Amino acid sequence: MQLAVWTYEGPPHIGAMRVATAMQGLHYVLHAPQGDTYADLLFTMIERRGARPPVTYTTFQARDLGGDTAELFKTAAREAFERFRPQAMIVGASCTAELIQDDPGGLARALGLPIPVVALELPSYQKKENWGAAETFYRLVRSLSAPPAPRAEGRAPSCNILGPTALGFRHRDDLREITDLLTRLGIAINVTAPLGATPADLARLGEADFNVVLYPEIAGPAAAWLARAHAQPATKTIPIGLGATREFIAEVAALAGLDAAPILAAETVRSAWYSRSVDSNYLTGKRVFVFGDATHALAAARMATEELGFTLVGLGSYAREQARELREAAKAHGIEATISDDYLAVEAAIQAAQPELILGTQMERHTAKRLGIPCAVISAPVHVQDYPARYSPQMGFEGANVLFDTWVHPLMMGLEEHLLGMFREDFEFHGEAAPSHLGAAAATATAAPTPPATLTWAAEAERELGKIPFFVRGKARRNTERYATERGIGTITIEALYDAKAHFSR
Amino acid sequence: MSAAALARPPAPGCTEAPVLRERGQREVFCGLTGIIWLHRKIQDAFFLVVGSRTCAHLMQSAAGVVIFAEPRFATAIMEERDLAGMTDANEELDRVVAQLLARRPDIRLLFLVGSCPSEVIKLDLSRAAQRLNATHAPGVRVLNYSGSGIETTFTQGEDACLAALVPEMRADPAPGLLVVGALAEVVEDQMRRQFEALGIGPVAFLPPRRAADLPGVGPGTRFLLAQPFLAETARLLEDRGARRLAAPFPLGAEGTTAWLRAAAEAWGIPAARFREVTAAGEQRARTAIARHHALLAGRRISFFPDSQLEIPLARFLSRELDMQPVEIGTPYLHRPHLAEELALLPADAMLSEGGDVDRQLDRCRAARPDLVVCGLGLANPLEAEGFTTKWSIELVFTPIQGYDQAGDLAALFARPLDRRTRLMV
Ligand code: SF4
Repeated sequence: MQLAVWTYEGPPHIGAMRVATAMQGLHYVLHAPQGDTYADLLFTMIERRGARPPVTYTTFQARDLGGDTAELFKTAAREAFERFRPQAMIVGASCTAELIQDDPGGLARALGLPIPVVALELPSYQKKENWGAAETFYRLVRSLSAPPAPRAEGRAPSCNILGPTALGFRHRDDLREITDLLTRLGIAINVTAPLGATPADLARLGEADFNVVLYPEIAGPAAAWLARAHAQPATKTIPIGLGATREFIAEVAALAGLDAAPILAAETVRSAWYSRSVDSNYLTGKRVFVFGDATHALAAARMATEELGFTLVGLGSYAREQARELREAAKAHGIEATISDDYLAVEAAIQAAQPELILGTQMERHTAKRLGIPCAVISAPVHVQDYPARYSPQMGFEGANVLFDTWVHPLMMGLEEHLLGMFREDFEFHGEAAPSHLGAAAATATAAPTPPATLTWAAEAERELGKIPFFVRGKARRNTERYATERGIGTITIEALYDAKAHFSR
Repeated sequence: MSAAALARPPAPGCTEAPVLRERGQREVFCGLTGIIWLHRKIQDAFFLVVGSRTCAHLMQSAAGVVIFAEPRFATAIMEERDLAGMTDANEELDRVVAQLLARRPDIRLLFLVGSCPSEVIKLDLSRAAQRLNATHAPGVRVLNYSGSGIETTFTQGEDACLAALVPEMRADPAPGLLVVGALAEVVEDQMRRQFEALGIGPVAFLPPRRAADLPGVGPGTRFLLAQPFLAETARLLEDRGARRLAAPFPLGAEGTTAWLRAAAEAWGIPAARFREVTAAGEQRARTAIARHHALLAGRRISFFPDSQLEIPLARFLSRELDMQPVEIGTPYLHRPHLAEELALLPADAMLSEGGDVDRQLDRCRAARPDLVVCGLGLANPLEAEGFTTKWSIELVFTPIQGYDQAGDLAALFARPLDRRTRLMV
């Protein structure tokens, strides 16, 4: 048993729902109790979809358990077929139905429906949402993709785009950005899946020359199978950030046998110029803590350091499957990766790292609010405000612009930060002030932690500390206390405070 | 004016009206969801769901409407090895509880809340509670109830929780009034003042704000249900000798007056005195409701089954705002507790119990009501089809009972229609 308050990922059948809801002409019959229908609201409320997910739940009750829950499943599957007339169906069990072992796959086959029925085995007590999405997509691709037809001569190179789902973080916008990029390169898009694809489209996957994998957490296993079955290579680079986007273009150009140089040369990217412009000097060395799914966390770590000049003080993910890559990336920055799905452990890691900016998930946004640290969301799980009405991709050239804005916006602007430093005692301009463009709500002063028992702060030193802007005060306090403890200083005076400052500023 | 309004004859009523009972997909929350308001209500209680990742995800998604930084609930997520054998599961549960209590020393009352998986594997949480009580007494009291989706629907979770509290109530033979059902504190305070003004007392509330303030119960206890979904709690209170005062529920001016009157009659308060005390409040309520009359009167309204509040709400909207209920869906119809409500419903309203969401959607599309009250999974899809909707979960998260909330309650239904008329897009 694992004690959990908030979780980063839902159960695996939520992953299956994300695939089913992304697609057209597919229906999911889920053997599950009534409460599990809450999952619909993820799509209708959080993502604000205008249609119910194509999911029928059997909603068995305690009184059915002694009787025939299997019959209930068959009725639900038959009626769902008659009502929705899908091209294909997926069937499976949620955590409770897994325990009663009704075998939805066998039951559905016994119905003899005139459409393909794909049975899902998603072990709820071992696996989670992303795994469930990947497994579902893999099973669908495997069951539905037909052997490729012989390729026509002289055809433009073509690819499939794999990975975007419903409830994905900016998947819809990423897809538009990348589709546009590939089209400008002269590459035809054969099929995009799961988002917008029908089961019939999946049958055509083998016709493409290669696969573009946008979200390996979801499309990884399907792409690996397509590589084996149809000899389709797949892209490895995730085009988040300018550098990665350029590498991605080079990678697809090589796969397609095209010359990427013209497109790379033609691209003028605002984010790069903004980052070089003198106004951005103050971003140099900002301490940033990055946490999310592996793909987004790794990409954010790279962009934060290489394209904004931040210092990476924390990197982590809730995805244990990709722990190794994260550990390696963290090591390159001289830090240790935080691999955990316990948000309290992540919060502790953030506190220890004392970042000036957090790039995380919805959970880290709450942590950041509590700690009074600026934050931007870079990865699922996300909430309704992370589905903006405007076009807001994370990938490609426009994605790099969006990320530049999103990450810089929560920070204090350069000159403002200096003025705060200079006029600490101005009554409107005091150290607790929030960035002026964010209104009053952003600042929450956290209570001063108690110093180690052996230490006391002289009153005047404490007052001096109070003049330091709140967003660096905690760090100054801890550094000074560490400095004093290491040197056996019992009372921290103003001198000790400034000695510590001199010691720690490099 | 209030007297005239009061004198309005009861509608023909549909106490005996037929009910459409369907079996199909039920689009409702399970009883775990009640924790989202109960953990705010009982301030020193903690709710530990013994369940799966699905249960944890439900709590977080439903609570997403009202995110709390440090909620007083959590889930003990069962994993593969917990399913291997009962000893393991029990040992694991003990370990998780110890871990939780170490982290949250402020917990005085711990509810172990059963889920579908814990029930299907027959993990006995009442035994577990006994065992844990022995370990953690006297600092912490451990109780258990089921919030599982195979046993409970949405608000029935509150019923199960309160039912678990009844055996904990000390025996108290003295006369007194008990108000049963979680209410917002502002509502409780208003009611307390009204009962005091009427000379009814002592008055206690279940659930209490703090576990330590759990009231007593006995043959002298008369209780008023503040919520329509408390069948089991009422039964257990009656087993302890308490007597239920039959009344409509305190929604709207009329409902609140009738509800208060049930207590006033039990306490032998003269009718004139009752009018004297309640007239001003009732008038305030009527004035506040009247502001929304023009927008709502004559509009047709349908309810999808959700909180069991549907029948009292339909009664309020039809009698005080002249709306026309088309279909009133409810997850369960507990006739004895709703007898006074059913008598006030228009005879032509169609009642449905349980339900098949796809078939009710068909009926809804055919009837095209002006306003649809439904859960979060259906609201946006119906809006996208051109319906105006009111999400029903707001009705359990908002103070709506009593005179001074009657206008707010009407406003909840008026707002979506108001919005429709404003938007030009
Ligand atoms: S319906 Fe059952 S399994 Fe689903 S969330 Fe509710 S208690 Fe958990």
